[in-house]
Amino acid sequence: MTAAFDEMFGEAGAAIEGALPRKAYAALDKWMKAAPPEFFDARRRQAELFFRRIGITFAVYGEAESHERLIPFDIVPRIISGKEWKTIEAGLTQRAAVLNAFLADVYGPGECVKAGIIPAELVYGNAGYRVEMTRVRPPHDIFVHILGADLVRVGEDKFYVLEDNARTPSGVSYMLENREVMMRLFPELFARHRVAPVETYPDSLLATLRSVTPYASDQDPTAVVLTPGPYNSAFYEHSFLADKMGVELVEGSDLFVQDARVFMRTTEGPRRVDVIYRRVDDDFLDPLTFKPESALGVPGLMAAYEAGTVTIVNAVGAGVADDKAVYTYMPELVKFYTGQDAILPNVPTWRCREPDALAYVLDHLPELVVKEVNGSGGYGMLVGPTASKSEIDVFAHKLRKDPQGFIAQPTLALSTCPTFTEKGLAPRHVDLRPFVLTGADKVRVTPGGLTRVALTEGSLVVNSSQGGGTKDTWVLDE
Amino acid sequence: MRIRIDHETRYHYDAPVRAVSQILRLTPRPHDGQHIVHWRVDVDVDGRLRETEDAFGNIVHRLAADGPLETMTLTVTGEVETTDTVGVITGLPEPLAPQVFLRDTPLTEPNAALCAFARDTVRGTDDRLEQLHRLLSALHAEVTYDTRSTTSATSAIDAFTQKHGICQDLSHIFIACARHIGIPARYVSGHLARSDGVIEQEASHAWAEALVPGLGWVGFDVTHDACPGERHVRIACGFDYLSAAPVRGSRIGGGAERLSVRLAVAQQPMMQRQSTGFAQNQSRQIQR
Repeated sequence: MTAAFDEMFGEAGAAIEGALPRKAYAALDKWMKAAPPEFFDARRRQAELFFRRIGITFAVYGEAESHERLIPFDIVPRIISGKEWKTIEAGLTQRAAVLNAFLADVYGPGECVKAGIIPAELVYGNAGYRVEMTRVRPPHDIFVHILGADLVRVGEDKFYVLEDNARTPSGVSYMLENREVMMRLFPELFARHRVAPVETYPDSLLATLRSVTPYASDQDPTAVVLTPGPYNSAFYEHSFLADKMGVELVEGSDLFVQDARVFMRTTEGPRRVDVIYRRVDDDFLDPLTFKPESALGVPGLMAAYEAGTVTIVNAVGAGVADDKAVYTYMPELVKFYTGQDAILPNVPTWRCREPDALAYVLDHLPELVVKEVNGSGGYGMLVGPTASKSEIDVFAHKLRKDPQGFIAQPTLALSTCPTFTEKGLAPRHVDLRPFVLTGADKVRVTPGGLTRVALTEGSLVVNSSQGGGTKDTWVLDE
Repeated sequence: MRIRIDHETRYHYDAPVRAVSQILRLTPRPHDGQHIVHWRVDVDVDGRLRETEDAFGNIVHRLAADGPLETMTLTVTGEVETTDTVGVITGLPEPLAPQVFLRDTPLTEPNAALCAFARDTVRGTDDRLEQLHRLLSALHAEVTYDTRSTTSATSAIDAFTQKHGICQDLSHIFIACARHIGIPARYVSGHLARSDGVIEQEASHAWAEALVPGLGWVGFDVTHDACPGERHVRIACGFDYLSAAPVRGSRIGGGAERLSVRLAVAQQPMMQRQSTGFAQNQSRQIQR
């Protein structure tokens, strides 16, 4: 593998001594070189302290010392130039529009299937396809109000969409807190850069929620955040967002349905609810329709949804759009719905269900990452470059037996960004999850997102569950 | 054949219930082999009963009742006239793409043994109808009908492993096999007018339907090793028992609940007055 693109030093990579920083990083580089090393040690300790204090907010909701919940934070920001962001923003807006068009289509006329763009069994046979949605037309025809797309960068102008999160994308609270902590730690750095604000996200989210109120509602819509409760790992984010937006945080038992309308129990009696930002999965939303044993949902909620008296954000059944197999058809779907090419391309993917692709994949297994389409099988994936000869042989056999079940992608050299490690500043691989809000009035893309960083040297795994950390993400206003 | 159905479901709650909300799939839809003479769903408490449809095209009732309730009784009475269509179902609205019936659900997911059984059974023929008939007979022989070994939550895998089950389990296993070999298959709940003249039944019936190229949906009743005929009254279909369930509900309060079901499915020979009278007595008894 060639050296990865470095966010700070570019194509040459970070390894070369005395390399010049890319333009967006010039001011940061200069400032960092001027500061004494002890300064950063002190700031890193302060950052830890800030987050621990936020961690205490965690503990209020039922957990004593939630040390494991502190996701490591790195103080070196990841900077995206205004020009780069313009492309990303346009690409994300296009992506969100296509995901919404796709969902309205597959729960309606099914044109993309009829036109042969995507195989019927991939859509309709998909567990994320909720047949109940064929009888529901979500208010304003919006299914994915909140999209969290995972982007990776492999070159100066090369961003790929790694996956779409169209159900309940999380992580936005880290984006907001990272910024808050950075502004407290390094006010002088913000004075030297024009960093686009992310603090407006809760306002944008509230505006989006209010804009998608059902047609039949009154003037002043009531929105709530529906959480599975304090035992959910993302509960902190649920309460954080409800608090920032100034709306009620509710659990299923706080809501009830009467005459196909949703109400919230309050001390002043029942209050009508128009928009539910739910952080509860489809399966648990309504025990009368989905998992009967679910105590997290609201019995009869789907009847209200069908009657068009409530908006559910994101829509029920949006999961079919962020499925791994459906993902591979996104370039064709973008073309089908917009007539244009995808501004942000997919990671090149071979669909092993296609004979030519299968032949290529079998010939190049040592270079590729092969993934199972249905996570349910649990037979894992093959990472070619690190697999042994016998592992590759076993996998080749599996592939030939069930080509439909697999997709393959090249091993990507994710871009790196300078990061403080135990041995000092060193390049570490990063990805980016920006958030796109689609309302009835407009699309709002928050300039920035959550940059996740793989803290182990050489590791490409950025997931916080596996030792990944986060960084503040700056989009420069130029 | 004219078939009369009297179906009563009675709930007894240990403590008064504050509110009940249910979805009922208790009403048949007409199709080319089934004419609905009359049909009525009733509940003996104050509440709202609204008729609508679900995604599968089933007729459903949404029931909402406020307490306090100590008991609640659902009563279904109706008469259906059936003709034998050798299992082929036509004249039903089919709102969903057939491929949705290829997906696994927790109740119909196969394991390696089930997959192997399905593949071995159909080996040597590509004809879909022939494959399904082989599965029908092979499963009828392989799995013993037994009302004591399974519950409504038993999966196809569990029932196939113990080789025992009721009509629900046999249908789940059949569906798992058909889907595994790429045939869309669905669960059907309904009633059966028994040929031995027994009218009082312990539970309603279930079978499967599979999509056969050129024919459309065809029923397969593994319990009887036959395609459903004029003795079958088709009520609702779904992915599995759960999505076609006659009653799904939730309630607030009420403690433990006891359920008693009375079901009478009677053949009504159109000429014989006496039999008609008998069935009416039957229904009066139930409504008492």
